[in-house]
Parts: sequence; C-alpha cells; structure tokens
Amino acid sequence: MKFKEVNHSIPKVDGRGLLKGASAYTDDLAVESALIVKLLRSPYAFAKIKSIDTKKALKVEGIECVLTYKDVPRIPITRAGQGYPEPSPKDKFILDNYVRYVGDEVAILVGTSEKVVDDAMKLIEVDYEVLEPVLDFEKAIGHKSIIHPEKEIYTMFPMGLDVKNNIACSYMDTMIVGDVEKTLAECEFVVSERYYTHAQQQTAMEPHTSTAYIDVQERLNIITSTQNPYHTRRIIGEALNKPLRDIRVIKPRIGGGFGAKQQVHNDLFTAIVTLKTGKPSKCFYTRKEVNESTFTRHQMRIDIQLGADKEGNLHAFDMQILSNTGAYGEHSLTTFMVAGSKLLPMYNKAEALRFEGNVVYTNKCSAGAYRGYGAIQANFAVESAMSELAKKLKMDPVELRLKNCIGEGESSPVFSVMGEGGEGIAQIMESCKLDYCIERGRKLIKWNQKYPSKQIAPNKIRSVGTAIAMQGSGIPLLDMGAAVLKLNDDGFFNLLVGATDLGTGSDTVLSQIAAEAIGVPVDRIVITSSDTDTTPYDVGAYASSTTFVSGNAARKAGLNMRAKLIEEAAKALHAVHKDDVTFKDCTFKLKDSDESITLKELSEGLYYKFGADMKQLIASGSNTSPKSPPPFMAGFVEIELDTETGKIDILDYVAVVDCGTTINPNLAKIQVEGGILQGIGMAMYEDVIYSDDGKMLTNNFMKYKIPNRKDVKKITVEFAESYDPAGPYGAKSVGEIGIDTPLAAIANAIYNAVGVRIRTLPITPEKILNGIKNK
Amino acid sequence: MILKLNINNKFYNTNIDGDEFLLDVLRKIGFKSVKKGCDTGTCGVCSVLINGRPTLSCQFLAARAQGLKITTVEGLGKKADKIVELIVSEGADQCGYCGPSLVLTTYAMKKELKNPTIEKINHYLTGNLCRCSGYEGQLRGIKKYMGVK
Repeated sequence: MKFKEVNHSIPKVDGRGLLKGASAYTDDLAVESALIVKLLRSPYAFAKIKSIDTKKALKVEGIECVLTYKDVPRIPITRAGQGYPEPSPKDKFILDNYVRYVGDEVAILVGTSEKVVDDAMKLIEVDYEVLEPVLDFEKAIGHKSIIHPEKEIYTMFPMGLDVKNNIACSYMDTMIVGDVEKTLAECEFVVSERYYTHAQQQTAMEPHTSTAYIDVQERLNIITSTQNPYHTRRIIGEALNKPLRDIRVIKPRIGGGFGAKQQVHNDLFTAIVTLKTGKPSKCFYTRKEVNESTFTRHQMRIDIQLGADKEGNLHAFDMQILSNTGAYGEHSLTTFMVAGSKLLPMYNKAEALRFEGNVVYTNKCSAGAYRGYGAIQANFAVESAMSELAKKLKMDPVELRLKNCIGEGESSPVFSVMGEGGEGIAQIMESCKLDYCIERGRKLIKWNQKYPSKQIAPNKIRSVGTAIAMQGSGIPLLDMGAAVLKLNDDGFFNLLVGATDLGTGSDTVLSQIAAEAIGVPVDRIVITSSDTDTTPYDVGAYASSTTFVSGNAARKAGLNMRAKLIEEAAKALHAVHKDDVTFKDCTFKLKDSDESITLKELSEGLYYKFGADMKQLIASGSNTSPKSPPPFMAGFVEIELDTETGKIDILDYVAVVDCGTTINPNLAKIQVEGGILQGIGMAMYEDVIYSDDGKMLTNNFMKYKIPNRKDVKKITVEFAESYDPAGPYGAKSVGEIGIDTPLAAIANAIYNAVGVRIRTLPITPEKILNGIKNK
Repeated sequence: MILKLNINNKFYNTNIDGDEFLLDVLRKIGFKSVKKGCDTGTCGVCSVLINGRPTLSCQFLAARAQGLKITTVEGLGKKADKIVELIVSEGADQCGYCGPSLVLTTYAMKKELKNPTIEKINHYLTGNLCRCSGYEGQLRGIKKYMGVK
C-alpha cells in the first residue's frame, strides 16, 4: 500500500531542537526561585518510626519546612499510574510511620538551596524500631514479618491481597484450559524446569524530575517527567484529597521512560510542598535515588512444564510463577498476568494450558512497569524451555517453533480468559507474519550453516541461538486516547494529543498519521503533547499503546477535519454537493470546473473574510478498541564464547519484526534496536544486587552496568511486510517487542556452544565457566 | 567567589561557591543544554568542550574553569548542523537527553581522530551513554560525518 505521509522516515519533529540543546525538560523549565525538595530516606529495610525530631533541622537558615507522616494526609493510594479502577493494591501513603525498604521516604525537606537542605537533613533525629526484613522473595509467604500490617490498605476489585502472608495478589484456578496433568502424562516428551529472572533498572538518562507552582487561578500546576499526565493528576488528587479541577499536570520533553515514569514519583512531593507553602518547588532525583527509590523490573521464579508428542507437536503448556513486587504492589497483578497472556497464545497449538501464581511483598525496592512488562521474564523461561524441548526431541529449535507458533487468522482461548488484571477479549490474528519472521531471521543469521556451533580457535566457539516473541498493542477496551485538530489561518493545524512522547518519536508518528488522514504534508501539523488543561485525554505511553491506540485517534481526528474542510470549501466554491469537491496538494477543486481554493485561502476566509460564515474549524477523534493486535518478532543471536574465561561477545543480533505498517520506518527500527540492547543488558550485565541487610549495592552507573557502544558488534533489524486492518494505516505497536528475545536467545546460544544450560539470569562469565567445569 | 568564565566566546561574571561544579554553574547561568544524568561522572550527558576537549562538567570544579575556553552545544551554532542532521535523519536522537553532549563530543572527535574507523569511533564515544537508541542508529549517522564507510 502506498502512503504519502506515513511509512516515510522523516526526522523527529523535536529532534533538531533537542540536539541543539533547547530548554525542554522539566528541570530546564523550573523557575530559579523554586524551593528545593529532598527526601530523608530509610537506612533500614524494615522499621517502625518510633519518633522523629525535626526541631534542629527547622532552625537551619533557609529551611522552609520539614514534613513527616504526621503532616500529610493518610490516604492509601497506588502510585502505579494505570487505568481505573486501579489493578494494583492501594498500599502506599505519602509518608508512613513504617519504612519498608532501604530508601523508603521518611521525611520531606524543603529549603532554598540543595546545600541548605542537605545540611538540615543531617540534623533530623529519627528513632527506629528495626524489624526483621523479608529479603528473599521465596520466603515471603509465611514469613513472621508482615510487611503491610496497616488496616487501611485495600484493592479496588478482588485480586487475592493477603497481607498476613505478604501476598500482594494471587491468580489461581482461572487460566485453565483442558487437563494439564493428564495431558502431560500422555506426552512422550516433557520439559519441566525452573527459571529465575532478576530485577532490572530502567535507567532513563533523565532522572525523575518535577516542579510545581500555583497559578493565577490559584490552581496547583505540576510539570513532571511522566509517561501519563492524566493518571498522575488522578493519583495526586486522590492522595491530597483535592478536586481534579484544581490540578494541572504538564508533560514537557521527557528524557526516556521505559516504564520508569509511568508511576507517580517526586511529583507527589512537589505537589504537597507547593500546596503547603504556596511557593514553587522542585525535586530532581539523584541517580542513587532513581536506582534505590523508584522502581525496578519484577523479579520472577517461573516453573514451566511443556509436553509434546514425538513429532514435536505441543500439547501441554503450564506456567507457575512467583513474582516479587518489593515493598509496594504497583503493577503486581498486571505484570504477572502479562507473563501469561503474551506467551501462552504464542504457542496456540497446545490444548492443555494452565497459568497460576502469586506476587509477594518483600522489603526491597518496589517493582513497577518496565518495557517488556512480565512478557520478557516469561519469554526467557518459555523460550529456553522450547529449546530444551527441541533438544529432547532431537529437533532443530527453529523447526519446533515454526511447527507450534501462532499463525495468521488463528486465535487462542487465552485472549478471552486473561486481560490486564481481569478477563480479556477474544482476538483473532488478522496480521501475523511470525512464520516469515522466523524464516527470514534464520536466513539472515545463516542458521543452517552455523547451528549449533563451530570451534574457531582452541578456546573460542561461535554459536547461534534463537527466541521468538509477541506483545500487544494497548489494552483492549481499557486504553483510550484522543486527539484534537485545530485549523489556523495560513492553513496549518495544531494537533493536540494527550499521548506522551518520551523520546520514542510518538509526536512525529502521530503528526504523520494526522497529516495522512487530512491529506496534507506533515509540515502543516504542529503537535502539542501533553497537558491535562489543554490536550485531550489519553491513558499515556505504556503497554505499547501509542501508535495503535492514540494513532487511531489522530487518524479519526484527521478524517473528521478533512470532512469539515471539504464542507467549508464546498460552500466557498458554491458547490451543489460537497462530493463535487476534491482536495489534493492543499487545494480544493470543484469537479468539472476551473474553480478552486487553496487551504490557505480557505483558512483566511474562515477567520477573516467569510462574514457570517466565519468559524473556527476544530475536529476531534477518540479511540478505544476491542482489538490489541500483537506485534511479533523472531530474534537470532550469534555469539563467540571464550571457553577459558566464560566471556561471550555478541557478534550479531538479528531481529525480524512484524509490527504491521511502520509509520516511520527509521523510528520503528530504533525502537527495536534500543529494545534489543536493553534486553542484552538484562541478559548479560545488568543486575540489581543487595547487601545481606537489604541495601542496594548497584545504586549508580559505576556499579549498575548498562551496555555501552562497544558491547555489541552488530544489530540487524528488518520488518516483515504486514498490515493490520485494525491499526492506523495498518500499524501495530513496536515499543516493547524488541526487548523480549535476547535473554533466551543468548542462553540458547550458550547451550549450543558448550552444552551449559543457564536458567538463572543474568548470564555471567562465572556461570558459564562454572557450567563448563561442572559438566 | 566571583568567577569570570569564557563560555562560547562570551565572558560571564558569576558568583559561585568554591565547591561548585561547572555543570551546576553552567545550568545556573542558563546553558540548559548541559544535562545532569548521574552523580558519578559515568553517563556523559554533562560533557562540554574545555579548550576543545570533551570534559565531564560534573567532575570539573567551576573555579578551575577560569581562563579556559568552554564550549557548549549552543556555542557550536551552525557547526553543529551537519552532525545534527545526520543523527536526526536516522531517528537516533530519541529522547534527546544525551544529544547535546553527543553532538559536542562528535565534533571534537572529528578534529581529533586522524584515521577514524568504526572501532575508534565507538571507543571515543564510549563515555556517552544512551539508553534509548541501542547506539546503532547514532553510529549510522556519525559514521557519515566521520567519513567512515
């Protein structure tokens, strides 16, 4: 299909400005007079605050106020930043007399400068009753310490919250199709293994930042690095017991999110400080705070059973998961469910399915949203197990996947059973080129020549490994996005969207979609995102939703604007019927006549010259969909393994992706490349490590290693020709799919090189070397 | 203490504390292109040129900068255009937070590397971390600027 504006690689609309250093991020926009907000944080993993003495701190010159749990409303909230009713336990107070992890907030300090606040912080005297922390998530259930003893916490719908057992949520007896035990017993080949995935830090380069002030209408304004301004407004309103009409949340440019900025963070603190003091305030987290006191990926233990006949047909697929949500339950249920809902349907040929488990509290940093969101954890387990099954079957692992993976026109019962926190909606794969992705990837990596491995030097082996993945495109009938288009004199348009560009390029992609729909060049669009006062509602940037959900809203707004333009042009051209007017190259023409009017002339007429017919043209579009067409990907890795040191080098990572139409092929490619590198980071270097008493040791970039430019030799990304009828101009999502496959693909490549199966992440040289030695 | 700084060929008199780092002073004066990303001199987003050499401004005491020539991306002006165009034409600017420092460091690299190769480019830019792009897209653009196939 040929398009004029979409499916073209134009530069990001904000790219030049950002690279040339425009003031655009939250900290750039804060006023110089803003009070500095900092947090006194708990040095203990679990403790009760017996007393806090702030008198000495308050005497420090320049200190404006110090707030403790006694000074703030005690309303249980969840900081998750998800839909409503919220699918996470309401188990957090702004401040509490319990601290539940090292880094939990004890007091909010406010002063005129960083130095003043730092000095005052040292003078606060806190008397803690130190409690025994729960640090091992496998020992959380039944532990004598109860992390959430408070009476007020609750869930908005039943999700199995059981505080006495440190269970944030539980999902049992629901996702069952067929008889798993019976089917497994009948299978000739069964893989039954346990896998562990670890916590990971999102590490957006911009630390979480917010600034707040009171405007002339005496309303609270918050500029914040958020992925979802509307959820942020709702949560802050709830926490502070303020009507939402009195709160405005503005998202400026964001320096990366990856899920980290879906939750409410220091915006809650600047909000309360500005409300209490009436003065502007600002909070800029240190990297230490970002790591210790925001959110990580959920650590998981995944037990898998796969059963197949001797031809390699999968019959049984069982997953039992224990997930660690840390001190608070943000995203506990939903990341857990995504582990099932994005993996079970991928192998839809199996007739017996089961997915169950618990999400537990521990006294560690809270887990929250992170790109991949449950799917990446399960992908490691499932895609490792599939290769283990292939080994037992003596089958090529690529062939086993081709035989069992979901195909176009097919479905899975899982879609209707499992949604995000509750029941789902049945889906049929109207676009699914997974088989092509696998075949094409196999060719690009030269699988048939390289599988399983080749010794290239006495201590060097090269090998290949593979994994496949699916994600979603927003949450069906829960995610809603809207767009407004306003025509201006001079014939250009403002596109107002609540959708949240975090650096992904969604402002550009949505502009391209709106331009395509109106039928104008993209440079006629000026986009604004996002501001709860001036842009329409959008759930925000998460769950791979923006291109698909908000993109369809931009398309609808564009089509509505086009219809209005033609109607007005028909009047101006005295057409008998509006169908007699065509619109091309920014000019309206009357059929069978020389009469025409340009878009610029029409806009001038509407605002200056048409007398009684003068009017503002505004069109809007809202979108929600019962469909969430999954993007698919096949990942193939070639590694070189040093058998003396256990070190591996990534020589090439091949990704073939079906994300439907790529609205902006360059931006889609970068999404996949960036996702792959984060996945490789998680697979090999990134690990959140704690001391025995629960202090995070990896609390900066010296100790928490993210990949640099030299870590991967090559990433090769291709897209399948694909078109999903539900997407805007055929597009599905692409934000998350890239991150899922590297964990299992690399683990599988290591097995193919040296016969060592690593089932606990990350894959370190030590583990490889120990595996070789213990073989 | 009063400090006289040469930033982008203009002189600025500013009152600083002796222990302030150049990053914070530059941001205070208004050079918001210089970003803060970590507390340990590891991420590179605060890079500026000091006498033409890429330097982490978060590790450089402002008081030591007197008498030196500081360049931020604002000071490159049109000299940044080619680098910027090559990066945005790959879509590799992404969130942009590491962008100004990457542009500056690339500009300095072109002047410094005599026989650039992909390996030399990646080595030179190792200290410029990016979490969005996976580096490949940035390399596609920067390779062209450096004249490397």
